[in-house]
Amino acid sequence: MQNINMNVLGALIVYFIGVFGIGFYSMKFVAKASSQVTDEGGFLTEYLAGGRDLGGFVLAMTMVATYLSAGSFIGGPGTAYTFGLGWVFLAMSQMPTGYFTLAVLGKKFAIVARKINAVTVTDFLRARYDNKAVVIISSISIIAFFIAAMGAQWIGAARLIEGSVGVSYRVALLFFAITVLVYTTIGGFRAVALTDAMQGVVMTIGAFALLIGTITAGGGVTNIIQNMYAQDPGLISPFGVQEGFMTMAWVTSFWILVGFAIVGLPQVATRAMSYKDSNSMKKGIIYGTVVSMFLLLSMHFIGAFGSVIVPGIEAGDLVIPTMATRLFPGAIAGIILAGPLAAVMSTVDSQLLIVVGAIVNDLYINYINPEARKNAKLTSRISFGATIVVGILVYMVAFNPPPLMVWLNLYANAGLISTFLWTVILGLYWKRANAPGALASMVVGVGTYILFSKVWARPLGMHTIALPLILSLIAFVAVSMSTREPEERIIETFWGI
Amino acid sequence: MKETVERKKEFIEDPRYKQCNREALMGAGLGIANLIWWFGWGYGLGSGSPSEYTYIMGFPAWFFMSSIVGAILFTVLAVIMVSKYFKEVPLETINKKEAEAIQQELE
Repeated sequence: MQNINMNVLGALIVYFIGVFGIGFYSMKFVAKASSQVTDEGGFLTEYLAGGRDLGGFVLAMTMVATYLSAGSFIGGPGTAYTFGLGWVFLAMSQMPTGYFTLAVLGKKFAIVARKINAVTVTDFLRARYDNKAVVIISSISIIAFFIAAMGAQWIGAARLIEGSVGVSYRVALLFFAITVLVYTTIGGFRAVALTDAMQGVVMTIGAFALLIGTITAGGGVTNIIQNMYAQDPGLISPFGVQEGFMTMAWVTSFWILVGFAIVGLPQVATRAMSYKDSNSMKKGIIYGTVVSMFLLLSMHFIGAFGSVIVPGIEAGDLVIPTMATRLFPGAIAGIILAGPLAAVMSTVDSQLLIVVGAIVNDLYINYINPEARKNAKLTSRISFGATIVVGILVYMVAFNPPPLMVWLNLYANAGLISTFLWTVILGLYWKRANAPGALASMVVGVGTYILFSKVWARPLGMHTIALPLILSLIAFVAVSMSTREPEERIIETFWGI
Repeated sequence: MKETVERKKEFIEDPRYKQCNREALMGAGLGIANLIWWFGWGYGLGSGSPSEYTYIMGFPAWFFMSSIVGAILFTVLAVIMVSKYFKEVPLETINKKEAEAIQQELE
């Protein structure tokens, strides 16, 4: 690993050029939107929602690529390497996300977003609850949690480049940061969605090749499974290799965290308001389910099978790069490694844009300078500036890396889910939901989550997030019912024609 | 006071929402069924000692049924759900006339 692997580097560079190309293509749309003077807020609709123009395939790919992150491509396989088939089983709890999120937010979310002209989730909350505290808490929670999450993701990406190309961590980080920043800044949401689509394809091809390579190298499934059994019977049991870690309640509670509650992630919800028509949604569900099912299963298989094919590597996180470089000649390994890198890139680009949305659309335009909405030139300049500043901040967070990125990533996700899940779902489907209820659910959700993660890591045997989500639902309903119902005008905007 | 009563009368609920709610419930139902399938097969067959596992195509039966068959089955069910039961509605803001037309079409 000391020498620079030119083959892998070459493949990655070709891939990065493709990403830049898409950035420049999308820049045309952004430039057009920023030169329009008359259209109110037209720039932000393009920059943050791609002009609500996503077709089914791009929708599915950007959705999958956004929620399948470094966790699913590096950390997840890494943990499967250590714990075996049980972790592949756990990973399948994320499978419903492919159909669940789009079906549950549904066309209603897309319809409402058009009614109130929302381009961020906070726009939706602002119109629905008409409350300053709700808007400010949700914006700040986006900014804080996403910078932490992006830090972890960037570390994953840099480690991946470091491990496969052989350059130093710092060079890798810089290389990655500049690429993501450039295409996101110039191309906005359209660039992000299109690069996600390309990255989704790269990921799928990479995962397929690596899966076939792995099974062949291990001498077939039967052989691999029997070797795993011989190494440690726990590797083929749903309870893993370590007593008391992968308990039934804990593993099952991942359905709440990564399966169902993903609906509450702002970057996922934004996509659910950006598709073009009913048909894109239908196709989005079909492609999204197929692709996420395949990717989850194959990437985690590779990790679990790796335990007998490349035993004894120092950190589980390195299983994917190690397998790719050992099983394949350089140039092909490069293409395969572009897969997980694509997964990270497509997650952070959307997170970056969500943070920019929170700063520019939700805080700056709402509270600091409302006049800016009409001034597309000014908004565009501020959006570009914010993207770059946030990027530099994340770069600094990632510069001194903490080791366990899976947990860091889950921590931030849980915080975001506690803030957004019920406020979005109940706001959309329950007329009685009001601002005090929303605030109560945010405070109880985030508060109990932070408390539990310090003193009671597995409430009732489940993952830390499960109980806080239930408590915040109870708080939402109880407080809403005991305070005034929302104003008639809000209900009419949301439910009327 | 009188004004609010009058406004309430004028307020017609968007006819598309009934279908939207139905679709959301279907999606949630499919998710829960998926969880039950996964849990039932996974822990139903996988809770014993690994030395007594049976195998299907090389995989332990608990894993094969819960994760591989489950994944394929629920993908197929999701495709059936959206193709057969999800309906095409416009997403743009609609006026009263269009609302009536949509209502009739959906019924």
